[in-house]
Amino acid sequence: MATLSVSVQETDFDVSTLQSSLLGGLHEEGALASFTGYVRRANDQRQVTTLELEHYPGMTQSSIRQIMEQAAQRWPLLAATVVHRVGKLSPGDQIVWVGAASAHREAAFSACEFIMDYLKTRAPFWKKELSPDGEHWVAARQHDNNRAARWQEDNAP
Amino acid sequence: MLKVLFFASVREQLGCSSLELLWPTAGADLNGLQEQLCAERGAAWRAVLAQDNMIRAVNQVVVAGNCVLHDGDEVAFFPPVTGG
Repeated sequence: MATLSVSVQETDFDVSTLQSSLLGGLHEEGALASFTGYVRRANDQRQVTTLELEHYPGMTQSSIRQIMEQAAQRWPLLAATVVHRVGKLSPGDQIVWVGAASAHREAAFSACEFIMDYLKTRAPFWKKELSPDGEHWVAARQHDNNRAARWQEDNAP
Repeated sequence: MLKVLFFASVREQLGCSSLELLWPTAGADLNGLQEQLCAERGAAWRAVLAQDNMIRAVNQVVVAGNCVLHDGDEVAFFPPVTGG
């Protein structure tokens, strides 16, 4: 049974601390794959001064946990962690961290990517960019849906 | 009582983040609830809630299509998600 941990928080996080806690207590780990997402400095040629991240508090944690459980059913994961920030962020700030530990790299890489692809299309977060020209909600991208959909195909990586 | 929540651009367009509706005066199902909100609140609400990409969740689970609602349910309307 994989150890799954989810945190939705306003505060910043330290990647090396998260990696250590993810590996803490494990005995068979041979691989840890992780992804860190950052606030873009510009998006669609607009300069971003502040990013506001809204979420649906009652649903966020449970939807992320569900995604991680699916990953754990699909690959032999030992442990996984997701940390996602909400509130006001600045360009260059860390937004999200996903870590997946397994005995071998293949499961760790795949699970990390799967969790990230599903998180982007299923977890109830919304980004609003504030720029010198005003503010606007970031639009969902078809590219993200396509990336998530390829995990459903028989020939998924 | 039904609790209805609105998030992100939908919340801003409606100027409303949450409301409570008496049960059983609320619609018997999700489509009925949406129709009741539109009928009570007018054309602006109808236009916002009828957007093609609107996502509806009941008790924190996304619902594709319609579903029956029960007293105490929490319904949410929101646009496609953009986290990560």
